[in-house]
Amino acid sequence: MAEKKISLMDTVKQASKGVISGIDKKDVEHWVEIYFLGKAYQVPAGLTIMQALEYAGYRLIRSCGCRAGFCGACSTVFRRKGEYKLQTAMACQTRVEDGMYLVQIPFSPAEKPLYDIEKEKYEASVFLKYFPEVARCVSCNTCTKACPQDLQVMDYVQAALKGDYKQVAELSFECIQCGLCAIRCPAEIVQYHVAQFGRRMYGKYGIPREENTEKRVKEIKNGEFNKKFEEIMSLSEEELRSVYTEQQNTREVY
Amino acid sequence: MKIPYFPGCTLKTTAKNFEISALEVSKVLDIELVELPKWNCCGTVTSLTDDDLMHHLAPIRDLIRVEEMNESGLVDNEYRVVALCTMCFNVLKRSNQRIKERPDEFKKLNDFMYLEKDYQGKTEVIHYMELLRDLDFSKVSEKVKNPLKGLKVSPYYGCLMLRPKEVGIDDPESPTIQADLLGAIGADVIDNPFKTRCCGSYQTVRDKYTVAELAYDIITRARKNGAEMITSSCPLCLFNLADRQKEVMELHPEFEPMPVLYFTQLMALAFGLDEKYFGFEDNFIDPRPLLREKGLLK
Repeated sequence: MAEKKISLMDTVKQASKGVISGIDKKDVEHWVEIYFLGKAYQVPAGLTIMQALEYAGYRLIRSCGCRAGFCGACSTVFRRKGEYKLQTAMACQTRVEDGMYLVQIPFSPAEKPLYDIEKEKYEASVFLKYFPEVARCVSCNTCTKACPQDLQVMDYVQAALKGDYKQVAELSFECIQCGLCAIRCPAEIVQYHVAQFGRRMYGKYGIPREENTEKRVKEIKNGEFNKKFEEIMSLSEEELRSVYTEQQNTREVY
Repeated sequence: MKIPYFPGCTLKTTAKNFEISALEVSKVLDIELVELPKWNCCGTVTSLTDDDLMHHLAPIRDLIRVEEMNESGLVDNEYRVVALCTMCFNVLKRSNQRIKERPDEFKKLNDFMYLEKDYQGKTEVIHYMELLRDLDFSKVSEKVKNPLKGLKVSPYYGCLMLRPKEVGIDDPESPTIQADLLGAIGADVIDNPFKTRCCGSYQTVRDKYTVAELAYDIITRARKNGAEMITSSCPLCLFNLADRQKEVMELHPEFEPMPVLYFTQLMALAFGLDEKYFGFEDNFIDPRPLLREKGLLK
């Protein structure tokens, strides 16, 4: 009998099986002890922090999002036993270690200024207009050390101080807005909002408009995709499911 | 000569005319100012609190960059770093002095910045005007194509390049360095007894009218001695003396505005450089009508 082809969706399902359907204790060879909010839990080695918390019985309704390192919702702060350093991580991207003391930071309280980039001038001083606390940066580099994305956070904050939009945008491009930098900053800067403002301004005024995007927007406005949409809309639920699965199996799944 | 150069945030934002004029003037004098890679804020205002080491991280981090530039070959055995902005100069130099005198702090800072190479204490902070004086002002005179004859300029020093005297580059009470430089480019130098008076510094944020009164005193004294223009090397002094003239006019309706320039702008003019390096359009009080009247500008 020919072996059944394993689809990508099946692989994803398989990978999360332990968490979804429980792990049989006798199958687990290695265990680690972690401390969540000060309480000790024995969990199988090899799980991510997020999976370990679920294994321990927590149902995560915050501090949990895409489970793939993109959304920045699962900010975690921890210390290893015997170490003085405070570490930061994304719970879905970091494996548990023996003797890890950890807690999750579900939310980073941060002032978010309102601005209208259509009305802003592309000038160096605009950063300080909305984020005056940037001038309080003491260059301690704590933000950089806290960044789970390994971004040069201090460098982009300093670039903002100089009004260098390009550098802010480029250095912060992979920011997932987890907020760990802002939580650790002694100058109380909200780095990720500064960066987002920088990227928005740079995107609007710093780089040429993308021709392909404009072309595609025009095509959409001209109704070139309407027919395709109508076809999809007319499908039954079952047909829709099969189209969706087909599409998921042929494309990269995050 | 290639020498490390620390611009500081202001020169990249509100004092661009200071930087563009200085860079171009330096070229004429065969000085290549090599900007520090990845520099950060100088620290703005030296923290005098004894246990506030955190505020010395920024300046020392910049001084590490200077040592790195020597190691990577960006400059050749040149451990002096030039600052144009006197605030940056003052803060960098004071932090450098402080931690060199306190080995425990030196070590603490290096330990804290464990991701950086250790600062070795080799860097020396100098002001651009000092660099020109060391070069000799006669060398500056040699490059003058458009002597500023008949232009009555009063140099203003403020505090940061003079005080405290341990970091000052000239006599803290009666400095002459800027006057000598202006003389070297052919200007008629006018003395102002208030040349080292406080401009009001950051009080300008809290109470602009107090600062406007200080500016009024300083400018009025310069004018009484015959000055038509004031020069400075400090963006904050320049802001308080120039931009605050708006408030001065509210308080003293008879007051006539006086241009306040960076000394490098006048050097660029005297060297006969292209107009785009003067940056006069960015001066709060436009000096061009006066300069045209004097026949120094087309």
